[in-house]
Amino acid sequence: MSIRSLVLKASTVVVGAAAVLFIAAEPGGHVDIPKEDWSFQGFFGHYDRAQLKRGFQIYSEVCSGCHSMNLMSYRNLENIGFTEDEVKDIAAKVQVQNEDPNDAGEMFERPGKPSDHFHAPFPNEQAARAANNGALPPDMSLLAKSRAGKGFGGYAGADYIHALLTGYGEPPADMKINPGMNYNKYFKGHQIAMPQPLQDDSVTYADGTKATLDQESRDVATFLTWTAEGEMEQRKKTGLKAVLFLVVFTLLAYAAKRKVWKNVH
Amino acid sequence: MSKHFKNPVVRWIDHRLPVFSYLDHEANEYPTPKNLNYWWNFGSLAGFMLITMIATGIFLAMQYTPHVSMAFNSVERIMRDVNFGWLLRYLHMNGASMFFIVVYIHIFRGLYFGSYKAPRELLWQLGVLILLLMMATAFMGYVLPWGQMSFWGATVITNLFSAIPLVGDKIVTLLWGGFAVDNPTLNRFFALHYLMPFVILAVVMLHIIALHRFGSNNPIGIDTKGKQDTIPFHPYYTTKDIFGLGIFLIFYAFWVFYAPNALGDPDNYIPANPLSTPEHIVPEWYFLPFYAILRSIPDKLMGVIAMGASIAILFVLPWLDRSPVRSGTFRPVFKWFFWMLVFDCAILMFVGKNPPDWFWQPFAMHVTPAEEVVAAAGVADADALWPITFAGGTLGIKILLLGQLATLYYFAYFIVVLPLLSIFETPKRLPLSISEPVLKGGGKAAVAHAHSKPMEKA
Repeated sequence: MSIRSLVLKASTVVVGAAAVLFIAAEPGGHVDIPKEDWSFQGFFGHYDRAQLKRGFQIYSEVCSGCHSMNLMSYRNLENIGFTEDEVKDIAAKVQVQNEDPNDAGEMFERPGKPSDHFHAPFPNEQAARAANNGALPPDMSLLAKSRAGKGFGGYAGADYIHALLTGYGEPPADMKINPGMNYNKYFKGHQIAMPQPLQDDSVTYADGTKATLDQESRDVATFLTWTAEGEMEQRKKTGLKAVLFLVVFTLLAYAAKRKVWKNVH
Repeated sequence: MSKHFKNPVVRWIDHRLPVFSYLDHEANEYPTPKNLNYWWNFGSLAGFMLITMIATGIFLAMQYTPHVSMAFNSVERIMRDVNFGWLLRYLHMNGASMFFIVVYIHIFRGLYFGSYKAPRELLWQLGVLILLLMMATAFMGYVLPWGQMSFWGATVITNLFSAIPLVGDKIVTLLWGGFAVDNPTLNRFFALHYLMPFVILAVVMLHIIALHRFGSNNPIGIDTKGKQDTIPFHPYYTTKDIFGLGIFLIFYAFWVFYAPNALGDPDNYIPANPLSTPEHIVPEWYFLPFYAILRSIPDKLMGVIAMGASIAILFVLPWLDRSPVRSGTFRPVFKWFFWMLVFDCAILMFVGKNPPDWFWQPFAMHVTPAEEVVAAAGVADADALWPITFAGGTLGIKILLLGQLATLYYFAYFIVVLPLLSIFETPKRLPLSISEPVLKGGGKAAVAHAHSKPMEKA
């Protein structure tokens, strides 16, 4: 009996240790992205409206020169605190081609409307590549979702965007940078076609926040998380209600079950 | 034969179309072993998930456009502009994972308690068929958002059929509806993805009919011997299943509301691009063990055969395990091999997730790319590496080797271990009836004990 239980304990330890070792095994081949604190993390996470507005300012003054944001419409900006009139003004700053021709059958341009999608900087992929040394600036609508770390416990897309924007610098002495490329310690392969887009004071914030590189990176990373996951706040709020309901439901179900089963043995 | 119902309308209908009698017989008074534990909740949970997937899927289909240039954006439109569209989609997308979790637990429960043994062989085989159909459905559903993993997953998996001699290429062309994964592929996958759940529903009906022929197996694995061993399904198991459902829904809600993308691949939020291959093409977690078996065999055709065999072997399982004792509880040696199989499947999952030429370095807690191990070992190239190395001063096991060993055990469990155990294992003494263990020892103490802990049924 004692030998059996010894074998049992030993085997459990061996299997348990092996399990821990392979669960803990981190896949190599990628760069370690530092995890940051974000207001939208956690069960009660929410976006900071002022930060979203600052992020939008960076997007419109810097990023939108090369990056499209095809899935967003100007009307969506009302959700981050712009008034209806402000959104109309923002939309009207761009000229877009009307979907349908005029009465003479000619296509024509008109000022943007809140229902229009964000105006893209280039008409097509070829034009974007031609203007960017052959590299294609990715559409930013879902950037924060598509650049998140894999799996449960992976870093958020905002972590990656923040790391990338602050990761420019001088390459190590033994590294050869290809022509037209830039060193970035957080980009895979460490060579990125995009030149450093943000420096200290790249923008002047309307709300008086000091525009350090770190601050700007955080703000735009938050904004891009919002464009990728605009439903997040509603989702977490709904989730809280759903889970509270389910906990009460489950407790009642448990009580009912106990009562019904009382005499079974 | 038909029950006397109080409600005259019900009685009128039931006399002509005995649906109420049928339901009463199968879902109300249906005698169920009284000692089922919580592992028996997962069958009804699987049924719940099937209905959830069909319901959310129908509403998603109302908003989805199966066209290569519009599919991705139509899914995003559901996420952004459809009222509670994000909820529908996250319920559906995480629902697939939940469905597989529940079904895998259901299968392992059957494996442990010998639910596949006579007279329930057909019941078991219908279950394996449901698993196969689920896999096909999940695979085609994953293609529909037309992201990078959708496209490349579809390319890799459909290409597997080209390994079949003579007709392989023709089958692939048929699957694609052309000469590459393209719009016709997406269209037929959408049509089939809508169709298959109803086929699954039909097979589930057969599964339940077969189940009700002999009733549920139970943790002791011996047949019920009369009324003292059974209780009616309602209200006993309805209340127990609803309680289990509550726990399960909290788990499900956690993923949907707080980690909706944790089980998916971030690359699938990049629209499909046939000109750019993702660095690692990895299937969803629930396919990883099968993917690992596929890649463990260096030959393409043999790999496909091995992957097919890993499911096919479940069909013949009732005839491989000849032990007359159903429940693992009374099989002291079997138990060990069973838990090793569970562990083995976890290893296969880990293997499927990582590239086969990489190295698992358990003590460095790292999975290391081949080129780093090559550099650390100071050899010419990856071919010069042993599958077990001490490069860099730490033990490294090639993922491929780990996968081959795990694949070997997977098949050995069914082909070698179970047949041999049926001959050499001495099972423990079985109780005489389901009621016996509860009443064992007799006396008032035992009875009082059973009363004080009504949750523990044997």
